Amino acid sequence: MPSAGTAIREAFLDGASIIREIKASRIEFVVSVPDITTSEGLLRPLAQGTDPRLIRVCKEDEGVGICAGLSYCRRRALLLIQQTGLFDSINAIRGVAVEYGLPICMMVGLLEKEPGVPPRQSKRYGVRIVEPVLEAMGVTYHEIEAEADVEKIAPAIDTAYAEMRPVVLLIGRRPS
Amino acid sequence: MRRTDCLEALARHVTDADIVLPVYSTAFDWIDIRPHPLNYLSHGAMGLASSHALGLALGRPDKRVIVIDGDGSLLMNLGSLVTIGAAAPPNLFHFVCENGTYEANGGHPIPGRDKVDFAGLARASGYRVVYDFSDLGVFEKQIGAVLSETGPVFADLKISTGGPQERDYSRLHGPHVRKAFRDALAAS
Repeated sequence: MPSAGTAIREAFLDGASIIREIKASRIEFVVSVPDITTSEGLLRPLAQGTDPRLIRVCKEDEGVGICAGLSYCRRRALLLIQQTGLFDSINAIRGVAVEYGLPICMMVGLLEKEPGVPPRQSKRYGVRIVEPVLEAMGVTYHEIEAEADVEKIAPAIDTAYAEMRPVVLLIGRRPS
Repeated sequence: MRRTDCLEALARHVTDADIVLPVYSTAFDWIDIRPHPLNYLSHGAMGLASSHALGLALGRPDKRVIVIDGDGSLLMNLGSLVTIGAAAPPNLFHFVCENGTYEANGGHPIPGRDKVDFAGLARASGYRVVYDFSDLGVFEKQIGAVLSETGPVFADLKISTGGPQERDYSRLHGPHVRKAFRDALAAS
């Protein structure tokens, strides 16, 4: 189920590459609460465009509902949040994404994760528990830590829609 | 007002093309009054129906999307008022059945019962049109016009607590319910 990130000490992550993958995934809506990890490299440039359309929400579990409604309309959406919001939305993800079997695609910035350090080995409790929590919930996830990981994004989203299940893309460092 | 009277009045103006999201106790009354495959019943819990409705309204701008919320449910997802006000979908109609109780969970009072102003919250959140109904006759006369407005529209329905219900939750959350909705929406 898990997909480990590429461990490159000098690695970087290009926000433009991620946005290209998001568009290649036919994502029409990005639903977001700001996250400091992805703020400058992803959210700000996405906010300057109109495709995908950005929907700003007050709280992350709203986004689970919005993405669910869009999925019934065959419109693809990405929920761009921080892991604190992921934790806050566990009941919505449990009920709507997992138990209903809906393709809720989440891109989650890992607040305070040390670049180059796998999430499980982080000194931060709030980072270390992310993957075990997702595994306990049966939610597929992928680590996006370096440029080489970006190519995982489109296939992961395609698979989520094909198999009608949620997926989480963990952004492990600030995209440039 | 009795909830079932309000729902019957509303049902007379809902077309076969409309998507309707009734919540909890209202859902059980609604599916008896207006059984239809475009009833969207599986919205989980914790007040997320209005958020599902926003997704549907954005995804299908050609359709009216009507959410019939509960007051306790809306309190759990108050931020959705602001989100909907900002996204401003013209095809979203948001009703809240206000009876001041968590009717599906023992009838306990909601916080702020008789104090919270749902219509005021919606107005301050940017809903384009806001109504407040406490008289069934007035509601029956105006509901057609309400559903002809450009949204987002909000209507607070002051209702009495409903009677006993048989709550078979598989009627809301069963996989067959979601498949029926998905198939109907694709064909509609």
